[in-house]
Amino acid sequence: MRHIISLLMENEAGALSRVAGLFSARGYNIESLTVAPTEDETLSRMTIVTRGSDDVIEQIIKQLNKLVDVVKVLDLNEGDHIERELMLVKVKAAGKDREEMKRMADIFRGRIIDVTDKTYTIELTGPGSKLDAFLEALDASVILETVRTGASGIGRGDRILRI
Amino acid sequence: MELTGAEIVVRCLADEGVDFVFGYPGGAVLNIYDEIFKQDKFKHVLVRHEQAAVHAADGYARSTGRVGVALVTSGPGATNAVTGIATAYMDSIPMVILTGQAPVPAIGLDSFQEVDTVGITRPCVKHNFLVKDIADLAATIKKAFYIAASGRPGPVLVDIPKDVTIYKHAYEYPKEVSLRSYNPVTKGHPGQIKKAVQLLLSAKRPMIYAGGGVVLSDASKQLIEFVKLLGAPCTNTLMGLGAYPANDPQFLGMPGMHGTYEANMAMQHCDVLIGIGARFDDRVIGNPDHFFQDEKKIIHVDIDPASISKRVKVDVPIVGGVSDVLDEMIKILKASKERPDEKAMKSWWSQVELWRSRECLKFNNSSEIIKPQYVVQTLHQVTNGEAYVTSDVGQHQMWAAQYYGFNKPRHWINSGGLGTMGFGLPSAMGVQLAHPDAQVACITGEASIQMCIQELSTCKQYHMPVKIINLNNRYLGMVRQWQEFFYGNRYAESYMDALPDFVKLAEAYGHVGMKIEKPSDVEPALKEAFSPKLKERLVFMDFITDQTENVYPMVPNGKGLSEMILL
Repeated sequence: MRHIISLLMENEAGALSRVAGLFSARGYNIESLTVAPTEDETLSRMTIVTRGSDDVIEQIIKQLNKLVDVVKVLDLNEGDHIERELMLVKVKAAGKDREEMKRMADIFRGRIIDVTDKTYTIELTGPGSKLDAFLEALDASVILETVRTGASGIGRGDRILRI
Repeated sequence: MELTGAEIVVRCLADEGVDFVFGYPGGAVLNIYDEIFKQDKFKHVLVRHEQAAVHAADGYARSTGRVGVALVTSGPGATNAVTGIATAYMDSIPMVILTGQAPVPAIGLDSFQEVDTVGITRPCVKHNFLVKDIADLAATIKKAFYIAASGRPGPVLVDIPKDVTIYKHAYEYPKEVSLRSYNPVTKGHPGQIKKAVQLLLSAKRPMIYAGGGVVLSDASKQLIEFVKLLGAPCTNTLMGLGAYPANDPQFLGMPGMHGTYEANMAMQHCDVLIGIGARFDDRVIGNPDHFFQDEKKIIHVDIDPASISKRVKVDVPIVGGVSDVLDEMIKILKASKERPDEKAMKSWWSQVELWRSRECLKFNNSSEIIKPQYVVQTLHQVTNGEAYVTSDVGQHQMWAAQYYGFNKPRHWINSGGLGTMGFGLPSAMGVQLAHPDAQVACITGEASIQMCIQELSTCKQYHMPVKIINLNNRYLGMVRQWQEFFYGNRYAESYMDALPDFVKLAEAYGHVGMKIEKPSDVEPALKEAFSPKLKERLVFMDFITDQTENVYPMVPNGKGLSEMILL
């Protein structure tokens, strides 16, 4: 099953490689991993999307907790949560396609953030499935380039991950 | 007053109460060595290869329970140390390794003797640090000692760039450490502990399986009391040998691939199994599916939550220090009016005794050729079973584990997890320095001993009277055994050709050498080696043993615990 794991870790050199190294050394898979400092600059927050059986996920959480730099770990799947991902897509937008592309961006609540006479660059946020759906809705031949951040997640309501 | 970084390093070690540092100098640590030269708080032991420095610190740590310390230079110094570090990591040994590093401005420029030590060692340390700012130096060393010794112990590496050892800074060694991200649990959950005791009291066929965690947490006394209160059979893993006295009737020997018939059968057929400071590893439980064919409830006590439910599903997990949890269990057992079902226990013990009567460790002794098992048994007699015994890896290691009969913890020093050949001699050096008056034996083979043979020189320099028991069968014995059993007798590269004359070799290093070829000479040779006359000398005993002897019992890879090959 797909799990989205959030963690807070010391914002120190090498901390990211400890997490990445753990996943590769133990053969866990990483679908995406995002990391950035938090409002408390001594802490980084990381979101990892992974897949595995319940046993594997349990081990992943335990092994992450075992890392000396990791302050707190939360499996967001254990409760309600929201996840969002940002995607930038550069598409062909010339001639009769140009209007259609604008409409598609609107339907998916994307924003066109860069324009040339032949291309648009569209910014889109949402759960990963929505971004996938947008790409599927386009003709593959019009997509010039895509870049995605990987998912960030946060618990709903009172679920708070902080120290 | 401000001190240089090198002075700070040395002061930290002294303030930490370190008495021995095992190391090897080199460019990046010259400033530190210069300060070591000027002090007399701790002794530095110059090894002949950095791997040995770490193994020696490891042997010191295993036999004392204190943190072992090694100091090596950057680049090749650090990479040579890696095998030692990984060895300690796999067996959860508390150690601090200090490595030199290229100066901060030179890092990342492929400078002379530069490697990414923190990167290379990351997967085989409990934690590591690169100290780029002298202001962090003392606090980092303090943290390293704290992390190494607390929770599930392990090696911690501190990488110190050369320029950091030159700069000056005020010195204060922190009294305490607190890390928001690291708070190991020691107390077990009271509810879980109660549940575990209940389950054990209701068991018809209880079994106690104790591992290295009991040794590491100095909980041998509690384990004995606990086993006595329950009246159940007890087994110790390879890492746990000595935690429960081998000469006690409730002890069934070691479990696992080369465990005893009775220990493995009891592990397989018990109805309640309690694992204490043991990790259900592949060499112990064999094929996990087969292990669960016979239904049993499992209680698992471990300080590391990640050890629990890693290889087997556990019914009652207890995260906590073995020593604390055993204390609690004993308290509850003593307060409880309930006792184990007498009738069930009687019938369980008669079953166990039946298994024991198989005498799985019996071997065909010979008057013609020296049997390795006989050498180990005789060593036990000659040393009254009180020696510290280190070993290398392979058949001799298993025979030492099976036949020496350890009655006390911290006396059996071997590389269980990583299985590092070359561990025996250097770890014996650490043991001997920590216990200068004790008998220290290194049981090894002609292949393993050659992996760190250069340390005979260190032994000479520091007067370490280690007794080396070389079980010389001219083969990589364990490899040969697998080739015989599973590879159609094709002995690919397992014959040890062109062996040195070990007697001359020992003498060349300034030691006493003996070659023993007849079974009748085994006892006299050992007696002589351990006699007062040779008390101050290292004795290298080269026993020419049966070439084709195999280690029995054996659970073949992938088979179940009760599917042993017996002699």
